[in-house]
Amino acid sequence: MASYSTNEFKSGLKFMLDGDPCSIIENEFVKPGKGQAFNRVKFRNLKTGRVNERTFKSGDSVEGADVIETDMEYSYTDGEFWYFMDPTTFEQFGADANAISESKDWLKEQYVYTVTLWNGTPLLVTPPNFVNLLVTETDPGVRGDTSGGGGKPATLETGAVVRVPLFIEIGELLRVDTRSASYVERAKD
Amino acid sequence: MNQLDWQPSASLDVLERRAQLLADVRRFFYARDVMEVDTPILSQAAPTAPYLDSFHTEFDPLSSSAQRYFLQTSPEFAMKRLLAAGLTDIFQIAKVFRNSELGKHHNPEFTMIEWYRASLNYQGLMNEVDKLLQDVAQLPPAKFFSYARLFQQYVDIDVCTCNDVSIREKAFDLIQSLPVDWETDRDGWLELLMSEVIEPKLVFINTPIIVYDFPASQAQLAKLRQDEVGHMVAARFEVYAGGLELANGYDECTDADELRQRFKTDNDKRQNEGLPTMPIDIRLLASIEDGLPACTGVALGLDRLLMLMTQQASIEQVQAFSFNKS
Repeated sequence: MASYSTNEFKSGLKFMLDGDPCSIIENEFVKPGKGQAFNRVKFRNLKTGRVNERTFKSGDSVEGADVIETDMEYSYTDGEFWYFMDPTTFEQFGADANAISESKDWLKEQYVYTVTLWNGTPLLVTPPNFVNLLVTETDPGVRGDTSGGGGKPATLETGAVVRVPLFIEIGELLRVDTRSASYVERAKD
Repeated sequence: MNQLDWQPSASLDVLERRAQLLADVRRFFYARDVMEVDTPILSQAAPTAPYLDSFHTEFDPLSSSAQRYFLQTSPEFAMKRLLAAGLTDIFQIAKVFRNSELGKHHNPEFTMIEWYRASLNYQGLMNEVDKLLQDVAQLPPAKFFSYARLFQQYVDIDVCTCNDVSIREKAFDLIQSLPVDWETDRDGWLELLMSEVIEPKLVFINTPIIVYDFPASQAQLAKLRQDEVGHMVAARFEVYAGGLELANGYDECTDADELRQRFKTDNDKRQNEGLPTMPIDIRLLASIEDGLPACTGVALGLDRLLMLMTQQASIEQVQAFSFNKS
């Protein structure tokens, strides 16, 4: 893997730090008075998801991390791993509970997710911004009320709970925004 | 529109403010009988300061007598030779070049307002910087703090008496982002504390801050002097405003032997750290031997001042074309 000097630091660069793959969020070049320059780097540890800061001496270099993002289709889970398939190579990758922690409420078969692979292992699964999911449980709908005022909780087929308008019934398909975990509208199919 | 991004990196409004600032700075100095000079950008010598990286080029590169020239990092040496030759109060608005410095507050090529005053002492020059900032940038009057006072207040150490080990401990204590294997010398720790602990606090003071009396080991080309409590300090000051380091000034050292020694120490440090040594400016030293009058001098970054005046977050937003688009 290539190494990168501080002058090549920019947001999105994937590098190894203390054995973990990390991604640069923000990089700032600092030169105190007439002193030695350094870089103030804000990064995300891709294994733990945590955001941290680290100071690097300018001119130092770090090892690049073999991290790639690919779109993959969700297939199934065996309870321990969640399996995703690369639609071009049909290769299967098993993601552990940690990797799907941000997306487990939105996993539906045949939907395409962004899978971050490190040395071939899924580190992180990011859901698409919108998914269509069936309502499996909610209080009976109030007919004629299409105002959407107030609302009620509804459980979706993936187990996620979102607030929906009062007129929504069990069995309906809803379009949901995964970023805010919120109802958008009734879905067509 | 063309695919290639040829547009200026600054807005046309900001470029108009830039033109006005250049005119205002000249007006400020002309009104005070400070004479404008312009000196060569290319020099056969270069500053020795270990963390100043000069660009260089070759004259007649294909000939056997090709000769290396350095692009100035500031017009300081040439201006001092003019002072030694008899000029007394001079200013320059110069393009200066510093290799490897690129970031939100740094462009490898930038514009410096640099001036020297044989008729002003240390305090007099600090007051003049304050006056210039009020006059051309409408900043409020500056507040003055000694380097020692800032370290006492924000780091809780006495920089004059504190040993290296406790400074190092303070740095690890107060700067969480430092890796455990970080190594540097006393001045390196102090500089880290200054930029990571003290400077962020200075942002909350809504006036320019003039920090004076730096540690003697950070004198650069400043005279040493005794402060009020009898410690030897450097007659050097820095100006900060709005989170930016704006200016650096000295009561100039006029002792050629002392300067020759400092240049040599710099080059030794360069050698120890595996950095190239720099050709010492022997013409500067000769001019100082022949008599540099007592004088003070300061360099102020014009681009950063304009950032402050136009509330731009990045230096490229005040320059016609940033480094990546030049």
